[in-house]
Amino acid sequence: MKNGVEREIPEEISGLGALKAYEKQFINGQAKNTQRLKERQYNPARNKIIDSIETAIKATGLKDGMTISFHHHFRDGDYVVNMVMDVIAGMGIKDLTLAASSLNKIHAPLINHIKNGVIRRIETSGLRGELAQAVSNGLMNIPVVINSHGGRARAIAAGEINIDVAFLGVPSCDAYGNANGYSRQNNAASACGSLGYAKVDARYAKQVVLITDNLVEYPNVPFGIPGSQVDYIIVVDAIGDPAGIMSGATRYTKNPKDLLIAQHAADVIEASGYFEDGFSLQTGSGGASLATTRFLRDRMIARNIKASFALGGITGQIVELHEEGLIKRLLDVQSFDLRAVESLKNNRFHHQIDAEYYASSDNEGSAVNQLDIVVLSALEIDLDFNVNVITGSDGVIRGASGGHCDTAAGASMAIIVAPLIRGRMPTILERVHTVVTPGHTVDVLVTDQGIAVNPLRQDLYENLKAAKLPLLSLEELKAKADRVVGKPEPIKVKDKIVGLVKYRDGSVIDVIRQVKEVL
Amino acid sequence: MKINAVGVAGTLESSDIIVQIEKNTGKGIEIELKSTVENQFGGQIRKVIKETLEEMGITDALVRANDKGALDCTIRARILTAVNRVSDGNSYPWGVK
Amino acid sequence: MRRLRRTMLYVPGNNPGMIRDVHIYGADAIMFDLEDSVSLNEKDAARSLVYHSLKTFDYGEAEILVRVNGLDTPFGREDFEAIVRAKPDAIRLPKTEKAEDVKEADELISQIEAQIGLEHGTIKMMAAIESALGVINAYQIATASERLIGIALGAEDFVTDLKTSRSADGIELLAARSQILLAARAAGIDALDTVFSDINDTEGFANEVKLIRKMGFDGKSIINPRQIEIVHQIYRPSESEITKSLRIIKAFKEAEKKGSGVISLDGKMIDKPIVERARRVLELAEAAKVVME
Repeated sequence: MKNGVEREIPEEISGLGALKAYEKQFINGQAKNTQRLKERQYNPARNKIIDSIETAIKATGLKDGMTISFHHHFRDGDYVVNMVMDVIAGMGIKDLTLAASSLNKIHAPLINHIKNGVIRRIETSGLRGELAQAVSNGLMNIPVVINSHGGRARAIAAGEINIDVAFLGVPSCDAYGNANGYSRQNNAASACGSLGYAKVDARYAKQVVLITDNLVEYPNVPFGIPGSQVDYIIVVDAIGDPAGIMSGATRYTKNPKDLLIAQHAADVIEASGYFEDGFSLQTGSGGASLATTRFLRDRMIARNIKASFALGGITGQIVELHEEGLIKRLLDVQSFDLRAVESLKNNRFHHQIDAEYYASSDNEGSAVNQLDIVVLSALEIDLDFNVNVITGSDGVIRGASGGHCDTAAGASMAIIVAPLIRGRMPTILERVHTVVTPGHTVDVLVTDQGIAVNPLRQDLYENLKAAKLPLLSLEELKAKADRVVGKPEPIKVKDKIVGLVKYRDGSVIDVIRQVKEVL
Repeated sequence: MKINAVGVAGTLESSDIIVQIEKNTGKGIEIELKSTVENQFGGQIRKVIKETLEEMGITDALVRANDKGALDCTIRARILTAVNRVSDGNSYPWGVK
Repeated sequence: MRRLRRTMLYVPGNNPGMIRDVHIYGADAIMFDLEDSVSLNEKDAARSLVYHSLKTFDYGEAEILVRVNGLDTPFGREDFEAIVRAKPDAIRLPKTEKAEDVKEADELISQIEAQIGLEHGTIKMMAAIESALGVINAYQIATASERLIGIALGAEDFVTDLKTSRSADGIELLAARSQILLAARAAGIDALDTVFSDINDTEGFANEVKLIRKMGFDGKSIINPRQIEIVHQIYRPSESEITKSLRIIKAFKEAEKKGSGVISLDGKMIDKPIVERARRVLELAEAAKVVME
């Protein structure tokens, strides 16, 4: 046969099968697009931009019972979840599964969508505020599923969470959907830095809708989400409130108790045997955890030790160490402050990673598995070192699983920092109300009044003892607190299960039951 | 020990309790408690308030308390102060007024 | 071992949260304050709170002091009545100006000790000197009672009395510091320096601590836990001081064993003051958790 450029092509070749001959393509009677680059980007026939959320939802074919997803990089400044859910509700779509990377206080309006049957089920890393309170009081018929960041990414990649449509707010985006959490072209109003959690959704969701308030020139490089994964783009006035998305710079705490805990944590790290040139670390954004970074800095300089990389939620404090040359590389799944966003934008060894690379347990080479040290906080810890970061002292959901169990499992030494007593509540309990991170992956508890080493880690115990650190057993620390505050009565719960806490491998590690209202 | 007016002591700071005590003639000790640790320590707080009043020989009192996680010794100290501010004698463990 | 008083941490007497946690920061001494940090209409509340807290909490190894209101105020007498019964290690008297101020307090404490069956002299005292008259009378104050463990400078009132204000180099305090230190040493008790109120000026604070350590002060009153570590670092003896002191003490012990009155090290005679200084260095090293083998 002759093809479109008059060449003789065989119908079939043995071993390669039937062949498809080239044919010239004309679109609208034109051989190709001869518009200038600028014109192309504003030609609706030539890009993915759609006029409204409703049009986009119709285009995706979203139907009752499907699964939709969102990311939480905008934290308490997020407008996207509420904006999209209001439109979906208005269109009469019901029984959806909402698979968010996490939910915050600002998402209280979801309560109505749950009551009205728009949302039937929720998967998230955390819940806070009125929504968390309502869920804890039995709002939903099907329990909320709590995933870790690594667990969620693993489940999405494995097809256990099947996202039909991902609605992803992006602080910068070009007409083809090359998107990022910042832009090198301008100062994106809703900048959030890394799009680490959203990247997983963009890659695996059947359809991807981006919502942006900052349409930039093509090519939007570097991009966190490539346009090839994107189906539709909607441009709105604002996708978030910058004040709620992040603060200018996470401040160092001046709280003397947090500083004391941080100093002990730095002592532990220094004496642990892991503090040597080329070590790797992750520190959380809590007061004591952040301050640990500062104390560590002085000791790194004093002993001429440099870290190979820092991982996770990246803060301005970590960036400072990077820029001082004390930490060679930053792997950033979530940027915590504008200082971190600026660094991601400008520093070549500050690298954006996705949640699967960060923490999926199916990924042998995931970054958490390369951690020497992680410093984490806790709401409660029990005598088996099990940690609760999801339910408060009244049993109500008020936190997030986050990367807690992922990093604890991956890091060679997982340090929990917490005050021995908060208000009148002791941190160490006989049994935590909800287990998020299993105790056998937790190595050291650092409090303001002493340090406890997991008996599984005799090696660490010996190292810390040799450094004359104030070591006590968990039981002794608990007794110390109990003598001061007395014995709390256990939280009263009903039979109804309102939450399911999944471990990073997808197994269920605990359930959260409805709280009994106090009379 | 007689309560002559409405006695107040304490603050709304964390780890403190603010108590307001007034007479409640013939109606015993009644406690209206609001606490950040109601679930875990509500019973204990009421018990300490009642005991402290009884040790002072008070059998009738209306106590309104807003607790921010105060320890027993703080609750005791605040109750004593509130009562002493509006009563005749001195019921502190030391003897002068 | 003699008590070290490198750091004496103030705690406002009407703040339950701070009172509960104050011992965790590792100050050598803790001073619960019923005086300047408590407003006039909360004096009764603070007194009751400190009393009940001292009766309840275990503050471990820290030395416990309570700063009461002066006996010339309407609150002083009841403060003593309550606080002696709560049995702190010592009561700190504010604004002492003459020996009689100390003696009056001493007698009142004695009466209360007798009433409650506490051995005479159990409760110690520390006197704060905060005026020109007090400084002039420093030695009389320092020797006015067997209960006294130290005298302390209170600079804020003092500089006002002197018609000046505090400066970075502290020249305005030089006379008072010197006089108080001399009086304390002559009386054989401790000398403590005044507070430094700008907690964010760590450099200025460190400079002041270096100065008073050099002068010979035993320590400093402090208002924030963040100041503790700075003081302790500055009071920490150097490695060479420690090594030398260890050798001096060893030589002293050997001489003692031999029954020899003469101690020599590296061919030099070591006399008593040198042994004393070596002891002091080792106490400070011990307190700074220096590993000494």
